[in-house]
Amino acid sequence: MLQDALHEDSYAGSPAKAGIAAQVQEYLTYRVGAEEYGIDILKVQEIRGYEAVTPIANSPAWLKGIINLRGTIVPVVDMRIKFNLEKVDYDQFTVVIILSVAGRVIGMVVDGVSDVIGLAAEQIRPAPEMGGAVDARYIVGLGTVETGMIILVDIEQLMSSADMALFEKPVH
Amino acid sequence: MGNAGTAGNVDDNVDLAQFHEIFFEEAGEHLDRMEALLVDIDLAAPGAETLNAIFRAAHSIKGGAATFGFRDITELTHEMETVFDLVRNGEMALGSEIVDLFLASGDMLKNMLAERRAGGSGVSGAPVQDLCARLRALLAPGAVRPLRGAAAEVAAAAQAAAPGAAREKRIQVLEIVFGPFDERITPKMIDGVIEDLAGFGELQNLPSQDASVADAGAAPARAKSARTKSGRARARGAKRGAKPALHVVEQPAERRVRLTTDVGVQDMIDTLGFMVAPDRVRVTPVEGEPTAALDAPGEDFGLFEENAAQTETPSAASAETTSPAEPPAAPKVVELKAPGKIAPAADAASIRVSVQKVDYLINLVGELVITQSMLAQTAAQADPVMYESLANGIAQLERNTRDLQEASMSIRMMPMSVVFSRFPRLVRDLAGKLGKEIELRTEGDDAELDKGLTEHIVDPLTHLVRNSLDHGIEMPEERLAQGKIRKGTITLRAYHKGGNIVIEVADDGKGLDRERILAKAKERGMAVSAEMSDQEVWQLIFEPGFSTAAVVTDVSGRGVGMDVVKRNIAELGGRVEIDSVIGAGTRITIRLPLTLAILDGMSVRVGSEIFIIPLGYVVESLQPEVGAIHSVQNAGQVIAVRGDFLPMLALHGVFNMKHDAQSWEQGIVVIIEAEGTKTALFVDDLVGQHQVVIKSIETNYRKVPGISGATIMGDGRVALILDVGHLVARAGSRIARAA
Repeated sequence: MLQDALHEDSYAGSPAKAGIAAQVQEYLTYRVGAEEYGIDILKVQEIRGYEAVTPIANSPAWLKGIINLRGTIVPVVDMRIKFNLEKVDYDQFTVVIILSVAGRVIGMVVDGVSDVIGLAAEQIRPAPEMGGAVDARYIVGLGTVETGMIILVDIEQLMSSADMALFEKPVH
Repeated sequence: MGNAGTAGNVDDNVDLAQFHEIFFEEAGEHLDRMEALLVDIDLAAPGAETLNAIFRAAHSIKGGAATFGFRDITELTHEMETVFDLVRNGEMALGSEIVDLFLASGDMLKNMLAERRAGGSGVSGAPVQDLCARLRALLAPGAVRPLRGAAAEVAAAAQAAAPGAAREKRIQVLEIVFGPFDERITPKMIDGVIEDLAGFGELQNLPSQDASVADAGAAPARAKSARTKSGRARARGAKRGAKPALHVVEQPAERRVRLTTDVGVQDMIDTLGFMVAPDRVRVTPVEGEPTAALDAPGEDFGLFEENAAQTETPSAASAETTSPAEPPAAPKVVELKAPGKIAPAADAASIRVSVQKVDYLINLVGELVITQSMLAQTAAQADPVMYESLANGIAQLERNTRDLQEASMSIRMMPMSVVFSRFPRLVRDLAGKLGKEIELRTEGDDAELDKGLTEHIVDPLTHLVRNSLDHGIEMPEERLAQGKIRKGTITLRAYHKGGNIVIEVADDGKGLDRERILAKAKERGMAVSAEMSDQEVWQLIFEPGFSTAAVVTDVSGRGVGMDVVKRNIAELGGRVEIDSVIGAGTRITIRLPLTLAILDGMSVRVGSEIFIIPLGYVVESLQPEVGAIHSVQNAGQVIAVRGDFLPMLALHGVFNMKHDAQSWEQGIVVIIEAEGTKTALFVDDLVGQHQVVIKSIETNYRKVPGISGATIMGDGRVALILDVGHLVARAGSRIARAA
């Protein structure tokens, strides 16, 4: 299943590269707390610094508020609050990854963006069953790189899930 | 029909699907036009032009539908066309049953179009068969009533040409010539078209002899010289020529077929017009074959120019070479024009643009306005003496952006006639059903409002018109007994007033009965008293489930409607008012903002956040005095404003946020009113009054209670627009809970 998904993605995403490295998919990696996460680069629209948001009353704590992204109103979620991290600072490294998922534009606050890496299928291991910050349902697998391990997240599934409360009704 | 240009751009693979949208739009327009004509038609003396126009509408739809293989639509329009052909030729009298049947068929066609548009495989089944059967029944011997009276003149010519012509006799031979070929139309493309043509009847390919097209004497030499050039170059030459029609004679690269069919010339033209550029096809009826009354004036709709005179009779020569048996008389060449505007229904100098594009443009302009005001704010800090030219430039920019914004907003504006045009049919049908005589008048068809609003105002207006028809206007006898004329009048009126558009639905019926409404309200357990003002009493009919109709009809009277009307209009930011005089009539007035995209708002501050209150809801704002605020057990505070006690709602409390004002006197109270209920909203400060561009939060997020949208302020920050209806209801429910 995983193989299929990756295969499909690499075709859909970068047809030009399909011939050269059919099995390599690119991920944007970012830090939340001490952990390194990776998301499909094609879901990322842009990366911005953190700026003041307009809070929305009576919304979950991780929903920081809404911002004006060149005229579009975009909600901003703080994954550190969502994952119950103790230290939530807004400093010069804090960035907002603007995601384009499920037909929506959503901002995601993380501690910092690290890199863009290409992972071949054999570098990705299935995630073990475990109770972690991110529900195992949204983890595609674990990517192994020289510097360590990257948790690959299906960001579309995660953002459209019911417990993020970003959508009127869950898409999936 | 805008298909001419598009059809010309097709490449070698004719993908008909790309023309579907054009067909749907055009078919929709034809249907609307047909309906309007049918409703207006004078049964006793129908005008020839009207009859022809109706026929043409059915006809064009059939042609298009046949091209795309929409069998259901073709079938039904074919039956309609058959019937109306007889009517138009004066062989059948036009009766109201025909009009009714046509209207019903029109509705069915709309369904079919909608189904096809949604990608469905067409509508079939009993209702369609029933309609077809009823249309066919009109043709049954005996059912065809002889013509009477004034319509005779319409028919005279046609009858003379084809006495007693029945449908079956209309088999004729058409010669269809495709070409000249060039980059817009290639032989390969035509192969596909010709294949489709085979479906219309017996097809015979003719040799495409170049010389045969031309004049007997001069042709061979000319054709020879022409052959030396490349086809493409010739085609370009033809394009450069002032009159392509004249060059047709010299263009050798043509494809000719002969089709024996019962499809008329104009039918063929309509069909082909969807596939081939009109100036690249000629359809010529071949005489001497079992042809029908093609030369009858009635057959020529004035749509297609007969240019036999200006072309150097090319088909005369062609007829000679290809079918020597024919009489020497030159058959008429029917030149294919873009089957143009039948009536002045739409302005010719207009273009069709998708709403998406317009909305995108308006959004961009909205952005520009925001950027401009950001610049203006920054520039205002600069020294006006040192930076005079900058200040001037900024001022100029402001004027320009405002003009640009107004101009772009006006693109979305539609005339009220778009809305009003559907009512003649409704009134006709309902009046017939109820046995009433009603005249519908419309005024202010040109008044414009936003397209989004025109879509949403239709349903409420329909309810109001139905109500007027059913409850307002009396039966003819009753009217006579009261000294009124038999025919009741319903007037739809639209006009601009201030920044609003006002739409009135007025009738000269019996008016609202104050006593009956009060009695009904009492019966339903509402808090009413005899001292209530008329306005207050009339507002009662907007209560859910309220109906004073003695008998529930299928038109109205179930009490579902008026509350929905009011709610729908409130959602559009509008208001409804009623004026009524018993015995004289009722007038319902709807006031709507001109557009949904821009809002006049008052900005207020709570803590560090700015909120926008739509100005239409703001009654007044005041600085509260200590003595005016009273606490009510379990229900928070109320404030006394000129003798009224209004519930206090602190905005910081609603949104759980920090605020500055430590006591009531330090803040400001804004009195807001929604649905007749006033509430005092407590905020830290008033900031100002702006026109703001409404942005949806729901595009990327979800609905937030108490918030109706967001906007971007001059400094680029987002401010939330308050949902006043929600806040007032919230304050009200708090009081209600405590009581």
